[in-house]
Amino acid sequence: MISRWFHQLGSPRYFYRFSGRLIPWLAVPCAVLMLAGLYQGLVVAPPDYQQGESYRIMFVHVPSAWMSLFIYMVMAGAGAIALIWHMKLAEVIAISSAHIGASFTFLALITGSIWGKPMWGTWWVWDARLTSELILLFLYLGVIALHNAIDDKRTAARATAILAIVGVVNIPIIHYSVEWWNTLHQGPTVTKFDAPSIDMRMLIPLLLMAVAFKLYYAVVVLMRARCELLERERNTLWVSELAESK
Amino acid sequence: MNEFFHMGGYAFYVWSSYAIALVVLLLNVLVPMRNRRRLLAAIARRARRARRT
Repeated sequence: MISRWFHQLGSPRYFYRFSGRLIPWLAVPCAVLMLAGLYQGLVVAPPDYQQGESYRIMFVHVPSAWMSLFIYMVMAGAGAIALIWHMKLAEVIAISSAHIGASFTFLALITGSIWGKPMWGTWWVWDARLTSELILLFLYLGVIALHNAIDDKRTAARATAILAIVGVVNIPIIHYSVEWWNTLHQGPTVTKFDAPSIDMRMLIPLLLMAVAFKLYYAVVVLMRARCELLERERNTLWVSELAESK
Repeated sequence: MNEFFHMGGYAFYVWSSYAIALVVLLLNVLVPMRNRRRLLAAIARRARRARRT
């Protein structure tokens, strides 16, 4: 039963219909959680005892940085599935993720930079956390550029999957950079083994935003994947019927 | 209310971060919507042309 459903989902036509129905069910909770997170983060949460109001940048910066790593793992995982089982859908998810992952990496870097200016006195330092995150952005851009450079979509998917999998080595480097090296960037306050050293009123909006960003990624990756599928399947009957019924 | 927008003197940093985030998040929704519309229109045009010949 489940394996049959999985096979059906692998069919582009079924996936297109299924994801079209799924998107609103993800988008509405995403919007609700994001609004709640913004309200909690900008209005309810108290100012930080050291950083005053400036720390509120955290509520976009930290979830963006988490997403930049999470999406990379999804992209590399989908790339591996595409390599091993030649599953078209995994190829489509991988390349669609690359664009969104690059967006979140850009957001993490730019909001971090804007946060760094008033707190550290500089927009940028070449410390381990910032540099490894910048390399992550280049990896995403490399995946996108490589995919665009190869005309045949299946070959492009295989080449980018290999690049993405090799780049996974950067992920633990980013995560542990603040522990392995002396960095200006602060250490983790949430993702560590003992209790998070952060006030509950700050933790709640942070987690709300993190879940909202995850749902947001699910929505936009499906939207992109649907476009990519239409383009790949443009010569099939179901796509031309769909196009003409619009 | 004024105090809220002032952000304890960090208004520029806080609000520019949120504004950039909003723009990037919106673009990621709008671009695939536009792409899908254009793609479907192009496929429909081609299908109609193919039927005429």
